[in-house]
Parts: sequence; C-alpha cells; structure tokens
Amino acid sequence: MYKYDEYDQQMVDTRVAEFRDQVRRRLSGELTEEQFRPLRLQNGLYLQLHAYMLRVAVPYGTLNSAQMTLLGDIADKYDRGYGHFTTRQNIQYNWIKLEDTPDILADLAKVEMHAIQTSGNCIRNISSDQYAGAAADELIDPRPYAELLRQWSSFHPEFLVLPRKFKIAVIASETDRAAMRLHDIGIKMVKNDAGEIGAQFYAGGGMGRTPMISPMIREFVPLDHLITYSEACLRVYNRYGRRDNKYKARIKILVHELGKDEYVRQVEEEFQHLLTMGIEPPLAELERIKPYFADPAFETGLSEDLDLSDPDFRLWVERNTHAHKQPGYAIANISLKPVGGIPGDASADQIRLMAQLAKDYSFDELRVTHAQNIVLPHVKKADLYTLWKALDEAGLGTANLDTVGDMIACPGLDYCSLANARSIPVAQKISERFGSSEKQAEIGELKLKISGCINACGHHHAGHIGILGVDRKGVENYQLLLGGCEGADTSLGKITGPGFDEDGIVDAVERATEVYLSNKQDGERFLDTYRRIGMDPFKEAIYG
Amino acid sequence: MKILTGNDLKTGAVTWWTGVGWSLDVNQAADVGEDGAKIIAREEGAQNVFAAYVIDGEKDADGVRPAHIKDRIRALGPTVRPDLTLKPSDPEAVNWVI
Repeated sequence: MYKYDEYDQQMVDTRVAEFRDQVRRRLSGELTEEQFRPLRLQNGLYLQLHAYMLRVAVPYGTLNSAQMTLLGDIADKYDRGYGHFTTRQNIQYNWIKLEDTPDILADLAKVEMHAIQTSGNCIRNISSDQYAGAAADELIDPRPYAELLRQWSSFHPEFLVLPRKFKIAVIASETDRAAMRLHDIGIKMVKNDAGEIGAQFYAGGGMGRTPMISPMIREFVPLDHLITYSEACLRVYNRYGRRDNKYKARIKILVHELGKDEYVRQVEEEFQHLLTMGIEPPLAELERIKPYFADPAFETGLSEDLDLSDPDFRLWVERNTHAHKQPGYAIANISLKPVGGIPGDASADQIRLMAQLAKDYSFDELRVTHAQNIVLPHVKKADLYTLWKALDEAGLGTANLDTVGDMIACPGLDYCSLANARSIPVAQKISERFGSSEKQAEIGELKLKISGCINACGHHHAGHIGILGVDRKGVENYQLLLGGCEGADTSLGKITGPGFDEDGIVDAVERATEVYLSNKQDGERFLDTYRRIGMDPFKEAIYG
Repeated sequence: MKILTGNDLKTGAVTWWTGVGWSLDVNQAADVGEDGAKIIAREEGAQNVFAAYVIDGEKDADGVRPAHIKDRIRALGPTVRPDLTLKPSDPEAVNWVI
C-alpha cells in the first residue's frame, strides 16, 4: 500500500503542529468557538450529541496492521473502548476530548494517517472498491488512481471552500461495490477499443434530501488527462454551484438544473482551457505510485480445496468470502453486524485482533467497506478455517454478508446532532427478528439500509429495503422504501406510504420479505422480485 | 420551564445550567425563565461552555425532563449503550428517553 514520501509526512506533521496551536488558543480563550469551529472541522473534529467526535480518514478504505492497531489503541486511550466504521470507509470516535485531539492526530501521523478533509465543504476521502487489488473480476487495481486523486485533492487551494462537500469514488470492476453512481463524481477505470486504460466519468450523483443517480459525462478520459479533467469538473461546480442555499448546493443540483449536456459542455470548455495550462502531473508520478499497490508475494500452486465439514464454517465461507484473482486465495469479509449488535461498531480489542489477523493471514492488509464491514483481502484458502475460528471467538464470525442482517445504519439520534430519529435500535430489532441463519438463507441477498435523517448517511435510498427516520411532532417515525440499489444497475428506492413507529417498521420489513418469499421465482433476489411485480403487492401486504 | 444546556469546552460533555454553575446531571437544571440569552452570553464569553441553547423542559417529582427526545438523549447518553449513559446501573433509564 501507499507510503508517505517526505512531502506527505511534512504536510501532515505541519498540520498537527498547526492544530495543536489552534487548540491551545481555543482553550486559552484566544479563539472563540465561532473562530475555532471551521478550524476543528478541517481536522475532522465535530461536535456531536454527547461530545466531540473525531472522524479519521482511511483513504480508499485501505489500512495496514500498524494503522489498524493504532485505531484500536486510540479507542482505548482517548475514547471509550470502541470505534465506529462509517459508510465513507472511515472510522469515528464518539467521546473525544478537545485537549487530547492534537496528541491523537500526532499518533495518527506516525502511522501515516490523519483526519484532514473528513469534514467541511471540500473534497472528502476518496472511496473505492473494498476488493481492489484482489477481486477476480476487476480490470485493474483502482487504488493508484484513487491515490493520485487523493494527492491532487489534499489541500487543493482552489477546492477547500466549495459550495458543499464533494465525494469521489473510483472503481475498476463491472460490479460496482462502491455505490459509484451515487457520488458527486464517480470514476470507473475502463479499457477502450485500442486497449488503453482510461477513466469513465460520472457526475452529479448523490443521496441526501434530493437523491440522484449520476449520468455518464465522458466515456473515456486518457490517463494523462485524469487530473485535468477532474479539475475541470470541479472548477465548473465551484464556479456555478449554488452558495445561497445549502440544500441546493451539491453538484447534483447543478448538473440537474443545467442539464447534463450543458454541464458537459462547460466542463469540456474548461478542460480545453486547462490543457493549455499544463496542470497534469507527469505520468511518472502515477508510475511512482503504482508499485505501492503491487500484488503481495502470493504463493503459487496452492490447493483450491477446503474442508467444509464444519457446517458453521461452511456457512461463513459461502456467505462471507469472495473470489480472489489468485488461485488458492480468498477475500474474507468480517461482518461487524452480529445479531442484535450495533452496525459498524468494533471494540478496541476487536480492532486490534483484526489487525493481528491481517498480519498473520492477509499480507498485513485490511479494508474498510462502505457497508461498515472489514475485509482481509488476501487470505490463503488453507488459512480460512483458522482465521474464522479466531474471528468467531471474538464475536466477529457472523456469517451474514449481504443478507438482511448485514444492514447499514447511520449513528442516528443516539449519537448524531443532525438526526431526527434513532437508527441503531431499529437495526438491532430487525437483526434479532431475522437472526436465524435459516431465515437469512431463505431470504438470500437483501440489502437493508437505515438513515436517521434525510441526509442519508445510512444510504436508505440505495437499499433494496430502505428505512428513513423522521421526526413527527417530536416522535420518531420511520418511512419504508423499496427498490433501491447501489450496484451497476443503480436505482433509488420509493416510499411505500405512511410511516411506522419503531416496532411497526420491523413488522413492515417482515411483511415485505413475506411478499418476496411468496412471489419469488427461481434465482430471484428480493430486488429482482420487487422490480418484476412492482410496489402494489408490497403495499397491500404492508398496509392491508 | 426553560432550561439551558451546552457543552463543556475541554471535554465536549453535555452540561446543564444549575443557576450557579454547570452540571452533568439534568436534574440539577434550573429554570432560567427569560434570562437564557443573557446567561449564554456571559458563560460562553467566560469560556465555561459553548454551543449553549435554551430548551423547554418539565419538572416533576422524578426530576427535570427535556421536552424533546434529542435533548433527553443528550441528557442520558446513547440509548443503545446503557453502559455509557449517566445511569449505567439503571436498566429502566432508557425508558425515560422514549
């Protein structure tokens, strides 16, 4: 994985020193909260419902063992013994003290991590496919391109005060595992007819209060124009994105209001202008980055055979492992969704254990997924049983990937100052209602996503079943959505009708699954059946 | 009643104005009447608290209860982690929020 060079390290160290001084001035009264707020936000420090919250960036979701170990140590030393992995492939700590934050950031800098640009109206952490560099179905590893974009977007002086926050995802597989088309810019690495690698650009996607699926705006951008074209997309947005209304400030609104064709025209015009300025980094920089993402030293000639005589292990292998590009290896998914648990939370001990297991069995690498799970990307099949036993003993062996139990849930009103309703208790009740592996097997793939407010951090628009918590005259109420999808066939869920209370929404989810089970045809997932039979049978069952 | 809440500058912890100072216990919250804005200006200026605001609450024999669920969760702690609330040994505490 990428290693900081002297410039990277110096930038991060300098920022730590700068923030240490800003915190000192805040605590001494030299800075008011109004003055300090934008400074702390630029360093990922929010004020949430109970305390300060620190969001640490995990670029494109990739971590090594030392970094993961430190994340566990921070949870113990500075927080309350746990961390929360987010839908942006980051980690958040909910109980941070202001006076500790400079030391935390200094600790992070020692393992080449930071919290810069995890808040504010700037380009946020670049996200990517959690199986990058390992998946059997990928064209190339998208992470060198994500890293180049990270370097371009970090401290970019022109894009630190955008109309609103800006999120970019980079993938390189036909299977979209990063919700690419629901980002401000989505980039899919592709090969053209001449066999050259380039980038396919999508712009204007997003969730939130006005969900939109991004249209493709350029079929092929050559690699030696990747940054220039990105810059053109951002420049047009920065120039014309609305700053008068934060609810209409995202690029999706600009693309929608201008129309895709006009937005593309302006981007192309800006692109041609930028080409004359020579802002593109030399391809040598990309070539410098690429070796950091080279394959680890895979063994060859390994057996594909697995002893699946243990039924629980068999279930975990079937559910939680994914095909690896290298024979004899598998991608192992660690579910952070135990039955009745809090989606995305992991204790300090669990975090450190995952780090150690990555060191022992996955070439020192881990990934954070946008579905709030952890991936060990390169595990020898012969090691899977030992790995699973260790995970299971630590409460990390739940076999429920992509089932109803593997739901995304935002922190909701239990932690978030923006939320209108609690998400986690609903997730826990659904998890318990559908807790049996038999039930989950019967239902199969079902992506359920819960948000505690319209900002949609829980991706409810993209859930096969989505749940949106709202505040109805001071009482929590939950709307049900059906038919969302974040994959290659991205779609937005539709609201079924009137909302429910906390118990009612769990019953409604169960009735929706019953409609699916009684209508499904061979091989159909919940989403397929919904798309075939439409909303009406579901509404009838849910509302009688 | 009108009560005043904010966050401790160093820790970010949720605090309640008692009439003479700040407390982590919502039951210590005083009725500030129409004086909320004045107290906020003074206390924030003295760096004792930040992000302070006035909310509606009720006081009965059981104590002070903020009117809105968000402030009740602020007062107690996350309902999904009773061990991290201000009443970790009281299994019924979460019901007070809801």
